[in-house]
Amino acid sequence: MSDVPDDLPAESADLVRPYVITNGRGLPQSDRFELITLVTATEGGTGNGPLDPEKRSVMELCEGGYLSVAEIAGHLDLPVGIIKVLLSDLAEEGRIMMRAPIPRAHLTDVQVLQEVLNGLQARFG
Amino acid sequence: MDSKHVSGNGVHLQESVQIAAKILVVGHFAVGKTTFIGTLSEIPPLRTEETMTQAGAEIDDLKGVRGKTTTTVAMDFGRLTLSERLVLYLFGTPGQQRFVQVWEDMSRGALGALVLVDPERLEESFAVMDLVEKYGIPFAIAVNRFDGQPNRSDDELREALDLLPDTPIVTCDARDEKSSANALVALVRYLQNRSS
Repeated sequence: MSDVPDDLPAESADLVRPYVITNGRGLPQSDRFELITLVTATEGGTGNGPLDPEKRSVMELCEGGYLSVAEIAGHLDLPVGIIKVLLSDLAEEGRIMMRAPIPRAHLTDVQVLQEVLNGLQARFG
Repeated sequence: MDSKHVSGNGVHLQESVQIAAKILVVGHFAVGKTTFIGTLSEIPPLRTEETMTQAGAEIDDLKGVRGKTTTTVAMDFGRLTLSERLVLYLFGTPGQQRFVQVWEDMSRGALGALVLVDPERLEESFAVMDLVEKYGIPFAIAVNRFDGQPNRSDDELREALDLLPDTPIVTCDARDEKSSANALVALVRYLQNRSS
């Protein structure tokens, strides 16, 4: 059933670490961050008070421009759920800002699909 | 890739990008999802993990961890900037039923799914087809053909996979950029027809 070997000790660092990073909180159920929510650091976001090492890594990565939540998780080698908790905190502290996945009110799926199609054809002929 | 060196090397999106869209690349183990994504992605494909533990578990609960099932699901994904304002993410999604939690996250907001199929192992695609149908994700079938495999007609495939008459079937070689892009184009055209 599980990919985790049966003999893996329950107290292994892999199991403990996420909850330590998030100060013991569980994973958020909120829809605030999706896999493709685009995130970047706000101006001066990093310098605004002390940060834990993991949050500092997120900020350093986000200072270069926009990245998706999934990319942040991939680059930092942390589970997506943990990254969402860290980003939630950072957003509340005004250190990061987001672009919503697709502003539905302004753009229909039909328009997005047409743009995807045009982009694929332009890129791959 | 060393994640420490992330500035000025194409890691970040162009400043003008406003819209992120998502297409799933699904299929059974070793069908070629990661190859497909790597062929099309503008960045080296990334892997992220979703740890499947009980939501709300706290550090105080560690004593109870031993009895819980903790599974890590890896998702590979890639990125394609398709216009000044639009970026498309391709997410490789494992097809096992037990990853339902991940599917909920992955399928939310997805435009559609490309189901990669190995014509020699059709029965292994049944589980993933059940999932895309369960989540109501519109999909196209991309038959990832390896050299020397016998051809199967579309009719044979359609019958074996129990497809609707309008579900597109395309053949692709996941190692080939043009061929993989064509499979995505076929999916997008199908999605356009459905929504028009």
